[in-house]
Amino acid sequence: MTRNFNQNHFALFGLPVSFDVDAGALERAYRELQREVHPDRHAQATEAEQRIAAQWSTRSNEAYRILQSPIARGRYLLHLNGIDTAEETDTAMPVAFLVSQMDWREAVESARRARDDAALDRLGREERALRAALVGELRDALGRADWPAARLCVRKLRFIEKLAEEIDLAAEALDT
Amino acid sequence: MALLQIAEPGESTAPHQHRLAVGIDLGTTNSLVAAVRSGSAEVLRNTDDQPLTPSVVRYFADGRVQVGSAAKATQAEDPENTIVSVKRFMGRGLADVARYGALPYRLVDAPGMVRLQTAAGVKSPVDVSADILKVLKVQAERALLGNDEGELAGAVITVPAYFDDAQRQATKDAAQLAGLTVLRLLNEPTAAAIAYGLDNAAEGTYAVYDLGGGTFDISILKLTRGVFEVLSTNGDSALGGDDFDQAIAAHWRKVHGIASADMKDLRRLLMVAREVKERLTGAPQAEAEVTLRYGQSLRLRLTREEFHALTMPIVQRTLVPVKKALRDARLTIEEVKGVVMVGGATRMPHVQAAVSALFGQPTLNNLDPDKVVALGAAIQANALAGNKTGDDLLLLDVIPLSLGVETMGGLVEKIVPRNATLPVARAQEFTTFKDGQTAMAFHVVQGERDLVKDCRSLARFELRGIPPMVAGAARIAVTFQVDADGLLSVSARETGTGVAAEIAVKPSYGLSDAEIAAMLTAGHAHAREDAGLRALAEQRVEASRTVEAVRSALAADGAILLNDRERQAIEAAMQALEHAATGDDPAAIKSALAALGAATAEFAARRMDRSVARALTGKRIDDVTTP
Repeated sequence: MTRNFNQNHFALFGLPVSFDVDAGALERAYRELQREVHPDRHAQATEAEQRIAAQWSTRSNEAYRILQSPIARGRYLLHLNGIDTAEETDTAMPVAFLVSQMDWREAVESARRARDDAALDRLGREERALRAALVGELRDALGRADWPAARLCVRKLRFIEKLAEEIDLAAEALDT
Repeated sequence: MALLQIAEPGESTAPHQHRLAVGIDLGTTNSLVAAVRSGSAEVLRNTDDQPLTPSVVRYFADGRVQVGSAAKATQAEDPENTIVSVKRFMGRGLADVARYGALPYRLVDAPGMVRLQTAAGVKSPVDVSADILKVLKVQAERALLGNDEGELAGAVITVPAYFDDAQRQATKDAAQLAGLTVLRLLNEPTAAAIAYGLDNAAEGTYAVYDLGGGTFDISILKLTRGVFEVLSTNGDSALGGDDFDQAIAAHWRKVHGIASADMKDLRRLLMVAREVKERLTGAPQAEAEVTLRYGQSLRLRLTREEFHALTMPIVQRTLVPVKKALRDARLTIEEVKGVVMVGGATRMPHVQAAVSALFGQPTLNNLDPDKVVALGAAIQANALAGNKTGDDLLLLDVIPLSLGVETMGGLVEKIVPRNATLPVARAQEFTTFKDGQTAMAFHVVQGERDLVKDCRSLARFELRGIPPMVAGAARIAVTFQVDADGLLSVSARETGTGVAAEIAVKPSYGLSDAEIAAMLTAGHAHAREDAGLRALAEQRVEASRTVEAVRSALAADGAILLNDRERQAIEAAMQALEHAATGDDPAAIKSALAALGAATAEFAARRMDRSVARALTGKRIDDVTTP
């Protein structure tokens, strides 16, 4: 593969390697890149070119997805620095955090059972506030190259993402 | 250094001629074909001079097939041989179809997909759809080519956004069976958004609410300077206008005590129900007379209030996916700039009222809800055929339903999440459960539920030849790839040894290429000969298309990106292909095509690399003018 294909996700979109991403610049670069590489732009090209276009388009979708999300972006920056967040294999977390997670889950479950829309809304707002605070911590930790602290933030955010999914599922259940 | 280019004497340097490509809306109730002619998209009329061809197919004992309004007109006389709304059967099993209510057909259970017993034999939904597509193909060729020699470059076929892999594959199989080159499967709401967006120069976030005859879709799109980016999609591929007819028919059967209806009575009731439903859009009440078997004559009445009360639960069912799609797009209702209504069923006043109440704004109805999908498909087909347009449009669509594999305990491990932008590839590692395990079975499923039994089974395959290791030591990487048509292919590989298995996710319900070839040739007197000629013609078309593509790539970038030796190698391979194409051996053309492909692979990679660099450094005029 060529030089461009193997560059990191930030370089792919012409952005500096940093947790702080200019969302507008990212979006514009993504659209310009897809305008060039999307398979639809090569529908009449040779098979070789169509295959390469599909690879590039897939690659830019993946890079865009990662850079758009603070948690995926943080995880990726740690990966670029040789740190594995090991969210699947390493399940050790601070006990206080795990206890607070269990409390959250219970609150979501009882709001769902009581069909309490207002309670779910409140939990959603609290979850977003907690997430914003953790993203702030992650930004600071990455800024001072404190990898263990950043790693813990990403691992905590993973739990928060799962919590957000459960709140969504509960809200969906109330829709029907 | 760059050299100026001069064409061979007699060889045209003019841009290639306009390629004829069509957009086809293969609808539950009606089908349409449209094309871009002299710069604008228009629906092509059928032999009855109508834009809409009823998606009704009647089979006769002598093998004759009738499609369209003639078949529709006689549906009550011969219901079991007259297939309506076949789209609801695509990629569906007998158990799925049973949920649609009472249907006047002789259904046959078959692995993967239900079949229909007709006077002309057992038909699969793919066969029936192919018969509709064949008529549309002829209609398009007559309208676009007249008496000229020539061929359609291909077709964009629309599918409901919420169609799963089985339904998409069945649609593509039907198109191939009808002899169409499928340029792309395009999601219906996205097609509608193209037509709407280009017409209205729309920018911002829009919702497309598409309630057709048998399917419901909601898509949320962001429109930015010709880029149509789908943020999320949701729906119900078994919910549509037909369900309103069923509700009315069931109501009348209850009111008039029609306990058991035969196929003809059922069909008559459903027809009258549809008629009354359509009249209630413009009138506060409607009535119709129906004569059932044994000459029993009934006057059937319905007021709009009764109709709304009967069917409000169906309307409410469409609002659940709307809320899910908004949640998935992380949007509030206030952030949606407009709601585009698509599909004939959105003409019903209570549907309009419910949707505009939910979004807090009037719905957008300024395009014909029956035609807008076909028009959008035609615009995309024109672009894919390589005809330059001023619109510079790009579609970024998503996969509607998550894809995963079965793990221990009948649970689903999701690999590609719903609403991932296409094309997408994702890999997941798995390991062995027992010591010395040398094979692994994979079960590929699609759906949002946690349990395998609640998801749609797409395919099963096995990876064999894993070297014996202790449990948990082997590393099996499973890769899911979903292309721009939304179709999945899966591969699995043991990363230590490289043992690999790859499948196109087709076997459990789709047709193999060999089966399609066999079906294409079956029943013809000169089947074998025809198949040979067809293969030759196809290879020649592919050869000339490829030569044209390579020639234009060389003209654009050859001087900059290739040295003399590389350029000569490509030109030699191109000449070999042109020579092979003058012969009549399809296999020779195919191998010359492959050789040219190999010779141009590096050139193609360098060209793409340059395009990427250009995307990042090149300034587009609109970027310079906006801050």
